[in-house]
Amino acid sequence: MGRVVVEVMPKPEILDPQGKAVVGALPRLGFTQFSGVRQGKRFELEVEGEVTAEVLAAAQEAAVTLLSNPVIEDVVRVADAATDAAGTITAEGVA
Amino acid sequence: MTAGTLDTARIGVVTFPGTLDDRDAARAVRLAGGEPVSLWHADGDLHGVDAVVLPGGFSYGDYLRAGAISRFAPAMDAVVDAAKGGMPVLGICNGFQVLTEAHLLPGSMVKNDHLHFVCREQVLAVENTSTAWTNRYAPGQRITIPLKNQDGQFVADDRTLDELEGEGRVVFRYQGWNPNGSRRDIAGISNARGNVVGLMPHPEHAVEAGFGPDGEDGPRSGTDGLGFFTSVLASLVRA
Repeated sequence: MGRVVVEVMPKPEILDPQGKAVVGALPRLGFTQFSGVRQGKRFELEVEGEVTAEVLAAAQEAAVTLLSNPVIEDVVRVADAATDAAGTITAEGVA
Repeated sequence: MTAGTLDTARIGVVTFPGTLDDRDAARAVRLAGGEPVSLWHADGDLHGVDAVVLPGGFSYGDYLRAGAISRFAPAMDAVVDAAKGGMPVLGICNGFQVLTEAHLLPGSMVKNDHLHFVCREQVLAVENTSTAWTNRYAPGQRITIPLKNQDGQFVADDRTLDELEGEGRVVFRYQGWNPNGSRRDIAGISNARGNVVGLMPHPEHAVEAGFGPDGEDGPRSGTDGLGFFTSVLASLVRA
């Protein structure tokens, strides 16, 4: 079974109230290094079989029609989870 | 079907999974003198209605984005076609969010800038009285109707905002306090033709004395929202 990762972020010019709330909470736990947080969304789309170029194209199309709203959000990543190193972070650290 | 008189005007009210205010909207239509018609999201047939209200609530739990999934309901395909043909369509709160997701109105709604759910009686100025839903108001009239939302901050890029202002399509503006950080205090807008109107506050909750916001005639006496529904009936008679 293949998996496509789609990531959506609020546009830079749009105020992100959720990110603002998170950045306000971090210093209370001692995390004083972080001056800003923006919160986005990650979707994992599963397919029977392999992630082909066709599947990626369909995921891209779904990303811009349903998964994001171009007025307020940007699609920042559409990738095959299997071949994408950034998708393999585990509890033990980056594999 | 074309409405010949006030009595025969049929106003559809769409119910999506998670819609909350459909019965209040239907009641408002009835109190204004129209005949409310319940429409179901999964039904692509508008059953010959003369106008449509998309009511408030949390359709599909606001999952993904407010209004994002409802926009693809079969009833919405029919509403989009009808709206493009000139049928009056009013989106209230979640209905406004559905209209922006369906691209019938520009811009979008994001979370309130203060992150809190807000529920209050809100004063608005009616800035455009030539739309299908506002022709019974006086230009600049101040009205008080309830406001209740979490994702009520209207956003659009500056070019879109300038266009809306320039074409007189800012229909309602918040007065006294901007309750959610909406750009330029915008509470509601219309399309270029004026048949499609969306706003975050709730006119359908201010249509009957005894059940509305506090007004000049005493507590709960406010009926400032009724004009939306008498306006659309008047516009249908003229059409």
